[in-house]
Amino acid sequence: MISVGHYLAVSAVLFTLGVLGIFINRKNIIVILMAIELILLAVNINLVAFSAALGDLVGQVFSMFVLTVAAGEAAIGLAILVIYFRGRGTIAVDDANRMKG
Amino acid sequence: MIQLIAFYLFATIVIASATMVILARNPVHSVMWLILAFFNAAGLMLLAGAEFIAMLLVIVYVGAVAVLFLFVVMMLDIDFAELRAGFVRYLPLGALVAIILAAELIFAVGAWQAGGVDLASRAAPAVTDKSNIQQIGELLYTRYIFLFEAAGIVLLVAMIGAIVLTHRQRGGVRIQNISAQNRRRPEDATRLVDPGVGQGMEL
Repeated sequence: MISVGHYLAVSAVLFTLGVLGIFINRKNIIVILMAIELILLAVNINLVAFSAALGDLVGQVFSMFVLTVAAGEAAIGLAILVIYFRGRGTIAVDDANRMKG
Repeated sequence: MIQLIAFYLFATIVIASATMVILARNPVHSVMWLILAFFNAAGLMLLAGAEFIAMLLVIVYVGAVAVLFLFVVMMLDIDFAELRAGFVRYLPLGALVAIILAAELIFAVGAWQAGGVDLASRAAPAVTDKSNIQQIGELLYTRYIFLFEAAGIVLLVAMIGAIVLTHRQRGGVRIQNISAQNRRRPEDATRLVDPGVGQGMEL
């Protein structure tokens, strides 16, 4: 029988893959954004699994809010990416030093 | 039995396609794998009984976010081979961080299954005689109405921000000036002349 532990395992693996993706694709910001989407997906799976296991709907409501923030984050991130590419002609995040941070 | 098969099918595909997202050489392929991962995650959520979130995942992620990624990947002219240069160099550090994270998460799951912490009572217990979407709607439009509106504001700000960031005024483009067109009167544009016979006229 499938328990909530199975869902947590899937979500843990997904989260880890997202973090790994950020590290090994250090230069390609598009794939970094996709890895962030994977992390948020793992969080959503966790919320839904616990919501189903505990019989409590708040998890699904908050999963919706996570989804909203993920959509906004993707839109803003890709917009910044587009203007960065327009100015520099590359998206390598290694030499993103325009703000001297 | 069929739930077990479905769960393992969805779980395997979602993990395999997530692996392909971060390993694919071409970001267009990454986006395709991402779409597959989202579909199968939606299947997982459907199995857990969260129908509304599953449908939302397909609509929002696959329909909007993944297509946005696809647009950006295809519109920008990027040399992807150069971007993959540090792939092997960053692999050990990334693997280390990933292993530590996975160990922590497995530890947390183990601790939770060994008894866990007994938190306070349920905030919104699920009622069984209503459908999932009806229950979520009743919760969302009553107790979480302000959070719901705040989520709407987040989306509005993201939309305006994306437009402001990427909008640019192009010089040297002739665009229609509607108010100037509407202000134009016959007196400004036409003139009545009365040339004599055989004189011709200058315009």
